[in-house]
Formats: sequence, structure tokens, C-alpha cells
Amino acid sequence: MSYRTPLSRARGLGSAKHGVGHWVGERVGAIALVPLVLWGVYSVILLAGMDYYSAVEWIGSPVNATLVILTIFISTTHMISGLRVVIEDYVYSHLNKAACLLLNLFVGWLAGALAIFSVLKVALGGA
Amino acid sequence: MVQLTLPKNSKIKPTGKHYPAPAGASKVKTFRIYRYDPDSGENPRWDTYEVDTSQCGPMVLDILIHIKNTVDPTLTFRRSCREGICGSCAMNIAGRNTLACTHGHEECPGEKIQISPLPHMPVVKDLVPDLTLFYAQYASVEPWLQTETPEPQKEWKQSPEDREKLDGLYECILCACCSTSCPSYWWNQEKYLGPAALLHAYRWIIDSRDEATGERLDELEDPFKLYRCHTIMNCAQVCPKGLNPAKAIAEIKKMLVDRVV
Repeated sequence: MSYRTPLSRARGLGSAKHGVGHWVGERVGAIALVPLVLWGVYSVILLAGMDYYSAVEWIGSPVNATLVILTIFISTTHMISGLRVVIEDYVYSHLNKAACLLLNLFVGWLAGALAIFSVLKVALGGA
Repeated sequence: MVQLTLPKNSKIKPTGKHYPAPAGASKVKTFRIYRYDPDSGENPRWDTYEVDTSQCGPMVLDILIHIKNTVDPTLTFRRSCREGICGSCAMNIAGRNTLACTHGHEECPGEKIQISPLPHMPVVKDLVPDLTLFYAQYASVEPWLQTETPEPQKEWKQSPEDREKLDGLYECILCACCSTSCPSYWWNQEKYLGPAALLHAYRWIIDSRDEATGERLDELEDPFKLYRCHTIMNCAQVCPKGLNPAKAIAEIKKMLVDRVV
């Protein structure tokens, strides 16, 4: 039971006065991923026909390595910000929400960083 | 997490009372109507009414009035203008939010037509939802002209071209069909303003006479108040006035981008 007025309920905590950055970021990421993913599919087909040494050599090319890292980096940020919206949509309790948002951020970046490091290791001749 | 268990008194009993068609009825149609009386302490139920449609007008509202007048006076629903201008008789008819007064029962698919209150709102009784928060959200966008320039002697002038920008917005009758058909509004109605309130917000944002555009945009730039709209488009699909709240929301988003780019 609460005697809070409906208008006070509707206004809530007021406007956060941000959100446009996140919205623009999602769209810019999506646009960037269109050519990157097309190139990625083409590359996977190309790599499928190569042996181990030519694949290592392929990753060693600066253009290929940069494009792979960009694809990983942008898809990681895109995935994290997209999943964040899903969590905000469906998870209501403060504790669960905080836990899910942190998990999203940590697991997302763990996967992204690991993938980027692996590319660098191969490209810089560690493999 | 998502509310997986329903609150008390939410589960609907599949079989309620049955009212058979009167003897000698010629064009019988069955209506399955949601019934809930909070005073009884019982769960809601589906009542079925077999109605002789040759005895009433063509609209679903005519059927409801016929039932209330001749079959079951306890059936509760809101209605007023019976011509789609007051927005009182908004309800879910055959799975779709619309106005009972402008929706013909012949338009509904199937033999059995199911009628329930607007989805995901607290129910006051039968087909009457509690729209308190919906109206408060409308009030929260301050739907009136705001100016600082001293008032002109006669009136605030507006060119025909600027007036045209309000077409497709001013016609909204606040029936709540759009907001209550929006999944984002179902899940976050305490924080998301919903399509109707946002359409009205945009109506004042693009009004050439209004001087509070920036403040209005400031108030809307919020991950929940505005950006919970995921362009699902249910609002535009159900609007009984043929308006497009999703487009109005997209225009607000575009204006917010214009401020920073």
C-alpha cells in the first residue's frame, strides 16, 4: 500500500539524460559488422582449403590480422550492448540485474580479449 | 527475473457460466467473455454467450450492449460515444486490441469470438482495466503549449505547413490500445512511457509554437522512458485510428541524434 500519486509514479526517478550514445553505438556497430562479417565468411571458406602453415601465414598478413581483430572487437562490443538491453528488459530485481549485467560485461570481454590475444600471438609469430 | 508465477486471482477458470441462444434465434454467434469481480474473491472466468446477431447492430459494442440489456446485466464495460472518438470501449477482441464500437463482429475470424480487457493492466472489473498509470504517463510529458515569449495580442500563429506536421498525431484519443499491445510496455510499464504518451510527447516537440523542445527532449532521453521502444510495431498495427506511434518514437530518436551529430 502506498499513497504515492500516479504522476509521481509515472515520473519515477526522472530522466537519466543519456541513452542516445548507446543507441547510436549499436547502429554504428551493426553497420560496421555488415562488411566485416561478409569478409569473415569469405575468409573462413578460403581458410578451409588451406593447410596449417598457409593459415598461419594468412593470419600473419597485417590486413588480415587487423580485420580479424576489428571483427572480434566490434562484435564483442555489439554483443555486450545488445545483451545489456535484453537484461534490462527482462530482469527486474536489483541484485539479479546487477549480477547479470556484470556477468555479461566480464564474460563478454573475457571471450573477446582471449580471441584478440590469440590472433596477435599467431600473427606475431608465436605459434 | 520475469514474473513466471501469476499473482493471486489471475488464473482464469476455463468454464464459467453459459448463456444459450434464445429459442427461434436465427443468426447465432458465440462470444467468450472475460469475467472478473474482485468483490467475490473468486478467480476470473470465461462466460459464453450465444447471441442472436440478427437482433443487434453490426459492431462488437452493439453485441455487448445487447448482452447487458437482455441477457446478463452484471456484465461490466466502459463505453460512451459509440463512434470511435472517446476511446472508452478499448478492449481485446479476438486477440487484438481495438475499439468495440468501430469493430464489426463480422470482421472477427472464427465462430467463437473471445473478448477480454486490455492486456497486462490491473483489472477493475470484467472488461474495465485500471488505466491510472497510463493517464499519469500522459500527464508526465506535459501535453500543453509551453512558451517564454510574451503572449501575442491575439493568437500564436502557425503556418499551414507547420500545422500539417501535427496530422497523424493530434487524432490520438488515448484509448490505450497501442500501449497495452506493446511487449516492452508489458514488461517495463513502470519505467517505459509507452507508445501513446510518446506519440503525444512528439506532438508537442514538433509543434512550431512550442518553445520547450529542448527540455522535452531532455526529459525523454532515458534508457527506459524512450529507448525501451524496440520498434516491435504492435502499436501501429492495432491503433484503431490508423496512427503510427512507432514512427513518432523513431522521429524523437532521430531528433536526439540530430542534437549530438
